Amino acid sequence: MSTKKEWPIWEVFIRSKNGLEHRHAGSLHAADAEMAMENARDVYTRRQEGVSLWVVESKHIVASNPEANGEMFAPAEDKVYRHPTFYELPIELKHM
Amino acid sequence: MELDINKLENDFQARIDAGENIEPKSWMPEKYRKTHIRQISQHGHSEIVGMLPEGNWITRAPSLRRKVGLLAKVQDEAGHGLYLYSAAETLGISRDELFHQLHTGKAKYSSIFNYPTLSWADIGAIGWLVDGAAIINQVMLTRTSYGPYARAMVRICKEESFHQRQGYEMMLTLCAGTPAQKEMAQDALNRFWWPSIMMFGPRDEESPHTEQAMKWKIKLKTNDELRQQFIDITVPQAEILGLTIPDPDLKWNEETGHYDHGPIDWDEFWQVVKGNGRCNKERLGARVKAWDDGEWVRDAAMAFAEKKEKSKEAKKAS
Repeated sequence: MSTKKEWPIWEVFIRSKNGLEHRHAGSLHAADAEMAMENARDVYTRRQEGVSLWVVESKHIVASNPEANGEMFAPAEDKVYRHPTFYELPIELKHM
Repeated sequence: MELDINKLENDFQARIDAGENIEPKSWMPEKYRKTHIRQISQHGHSEIVGMLPEGNWITRAPSLRRKVGLLAKVQDEAGHGLYLYSAAETLGISRDELFHQLHTGKAKYSSIFNYPTLSWADIGAIGWLVDGAAIINQVMLTRTSYGPYARAMVRICKEESFHQRQGYEMMLTLCAGTPAQKEMAQDALNRFWWPSIMMFGPRDEESPHTEQAMKWKIKLKTNDELRQQFIDITVPQAEILGLTIPDPDLKWNEETGHYDHGPIDWDEFWQVVKGNGRCNKERLGARVKAWDDGEWVRDAAMAFAEKKEKSKEAKKAS
């Protein structure tokens, strides 16, 4: 009785207004891109949440592995010299 | 190996204690995953089945204003069900399996939807009381430890406040109407009051999962705490309507700063949970029928998508 093949999962991204980036809103199921776009409109923008939508099939997203977060992100931890506050400047200097 | 699991579980608990959210690909104890699948899917199923008692009244709404409001509310509930199913799917269960669990009775949904909606005032009472109770639970859940669940709750809470307001406004209108209309509102309150306060689940002493759920920050308040919060908020709202809450023991307790309430009929609660409520069979039957009748549409859409994809590839190749 069950469906032969489940519709694939798509991720939905919304630009809430021009000038801002698209942000991930959630996901949904759809048979193809056209249906994914229509469903995204109905499910995620019922109250004018956006002016632009992106949909992408979830299988196309490559995600980093949280178990490798050490190697991935820790190297940036001790590089304080990448931040402006690392550099000592005289107090008289008002703007920089 | 045993040691590794212990270490992983301790690290996991430490992350929860530090207020970190858990995300889909993070390591999590199997029981945390299973508890979430159960709770999120049950929540999603409640949204989906919850459309049925209200959908019953859309075509009989007394004005266009009421009709568009109710239609928008029911549409929101479909959306809320979808947000929740998506959150559950991040834990590795498929949408088909979620539906299968609902349709076979393995997964539950909120018992409140197994009560019939006999009059238009019931739609008002549902918005006011049932959505009111749901909001109290859901506001707590915006701070739950599982990221996708918490984010779905934020979205749902933003949208849901109108649900309660439209219901309360309906009750206000009826209470300012003819004596017969006010009587209808009182009758709806009489029937929906006790099932609404049962929505928070069994008393803390009889809720075996509560301790672990609090430790993992799946829940941040106990069933009884949430129930009390709901009663304290709702009693003054009933007073504004000029309606009487059907509990002769209900009274303000100066000492505790809360309302005391009379005993809840837990036997009724468990009967409905076990499937013996007035509408259990009807609700599930309607749900299964919709799913089965829609099967050819789902299959046709997929076949059409595959056909289009193939012809696109063929064009590219030629």
